[in-house]
Amino acid sequence: MSNVLVLVDHTAGKVRKTTAELLTIARRLGEPVAVFIGDGVSDALPVLGQYGATKVIALTNADLTQYLVAPKAEALQQVAAKVEPAAILISSSTEGKEVAARLAVKLDSGLITDAVDVTAGDGGPVTTQSVFAGNYTVQAKVTHGTPIITVKPNAATPEAAETSPEVEEFDVTVSDAAKTARITESKPREATGRPELTEAAIIVSGGRGTGGDFGPIEAFADSLGAAVGASRAAVDSGWYPHAYQVGQTGKTVSPQLYVAAGISGAIQHRAGMQTSKTIVAVNKDEEAPIFELVDFGVVGDLHKVLPAATEEVTKRKS
Amino acid sequence: MKIVVCAKFVPDATADRRFRPEDSTVDRAGVDGLLSELDEYAVETALTVKEAGDAEVTILTVGPEQAADAVKKGLQMGADAGVHVLDDAIHGSDAVATSLILSKALAKLEADLVVFGMGSTDGGMGVVPAMVSERLGLPAVTLGSEVTVEGQTVRIRRDGDTASDTIEGTLPLVLSVSDQANEPRYPSFKGIMAAKKKPVETWSLADLEIAPDQVGGASAWTEVVEVTARPPRSAGTIVTDDNGSGAAELVEFLSTNKFL
Repeated sequence: MSNVLVLVDHTAGKVRKTTAELLTIARRLGEPVAVFIGDGVSDALPVLGQYGATKVIALTNADLTQYLVAPKAEALQQVAAKVEPAAILISSSTEGKEVAARLAVKLDSGLITDAVDVTAGDGGPVTTQSVFAGNYTVQAKVTHGTPIITVKPNAATPEAAETSPEVEEFDVTVSDAAKTARITESKPREATGRPELTEAAIIVSGGRGTGGDFGPIEAFADSLGAAVGASRAAVDSGWYPHAYQVGQTGKTVSPQLYVAAGISGAIQHRAGMQTSKTIVAVNKDEEAPIFELVDFGVVGDLHKVLPAATEEVTKRKS
Repeated sequence: MKIVVCAKFVPDATADRRFRPEDSTVDRAGVDGLLSELDEYAVETALTVKEAGDAEVTILTVGPEQAADAVKKGLQMGADAGVHVLDDAIHGSDAVATSLILSKALAKLEADLVVFGMGSTDGGMGVVPAMVSERLGLPAVTLGSEVTVEGQTVRIRRDGDTASDTIEGTLPLVLSVSDQANEPRYPSFKGIMAAKKKPVETWSLADLEIAPDQVGGASAWTEVVEVTARPPRSAGTIVTDDNGSGAAELVEFLSTNKFL
């Protein structure tokens, strides 16, 4: 069977859930070969094996992590030249998409981004994308070169398929041209203890209707074990950091349950959450467009409804 | 310094956006279009840099005839000149081909600073800046939420998922800015009048020494198999809160659907 390259998304060897999803998808297309860049490959190995990586190619050249995306694309190009993969799968993160973009130019290959599903087709992988604020579904395939596909979080449910992959150290060379943009300072964001927005099963988001007080949103989210999101109106008002914005210019999410509180449901916001499995809204305005989308809606003041619901959820869970 | 803003003409997101049934490309003619809202931040960044020093700002677009509107909007905001790459063979081009056209045009313009928005509001791949950087061999600093240009150094703050990073590069380079970077100005009446006299050049693929079969739908490296309109969501249950009833019903819904 042909090899399918999966670029591992990790922090110091701690593998993100999206990588388990990519490996699961890769098994539909061929034999998953994980490409691990940076330190910590021994920590990552058990997880990569658990989800079916048949081999792990480890790249530890320091230039790969000190500079931005360009060296990573060069490295993948060199790995691809050796492995000749049937497809290359990368997470649809900011960095992942830029690596994929550069790689597409280097390999003269077609690129599909933000796939929400990938299946094996006659002439290679067939992707599904959700476009125009989730109003259309597009199925597409790559017709030239090595299909390069970036895949959104939650595109697949990780399925274990135990293997014991060998680690192969691979030497790459990084050109000076790829080392021209550099990170001069990095301030880690304070950990919230909540799930990552794009990976969360449940998200509770607040908008203009919070009036700037995200207390009820966070408390309800915590009672459900959910991530917290915010609408553009709330972010633009400075009430919540941009990293948590859901919508066209923020994150696109597709959780099992999305709770929109005090969010009217403008197209901006819909674009980021319309494909959620179940949608719930709490809003004072019964005319708010968000109610057109919901499975369940409460017309009421979020400052009253959410605290009461939080109390009830906490009681039932204990 | 020559600053070039790459701007895209997109269907209005608040209108009924659709695909052309004959070739599954975005319908850009049958719906109202405009300069992609996210590119306004790029124009504003360019104008701010210009006002702080000595620079000329050109708006570059690739697209059908109506795309001239995107250039016009940039000129009304205060840019100095426009270039519109217009050629029937471009229709259906994918991101890889678009990046080729932009790269050739940027090389011809001898751009020192290339500014992009964070992505388009239609295709939304957000990959073209990286592709152009790759093709031109220029550094890319992308998704800046704050931008400073000091001499030859461009420094941005990027608010990522796990950290806030400071990233820098040296001119010439490719820059992209997020919608957090600034507040784009509205064109003034004076700006609208002045825009009418500003030079706009129209270039064909031949002007850029690109063969027609290098771009367009027929030579795209990706192919749409099927486009399906999403079925409307079925109407949900809406209740009105009456002294705590809303919270109780909400929790009951969550419990019934196994979210607790």
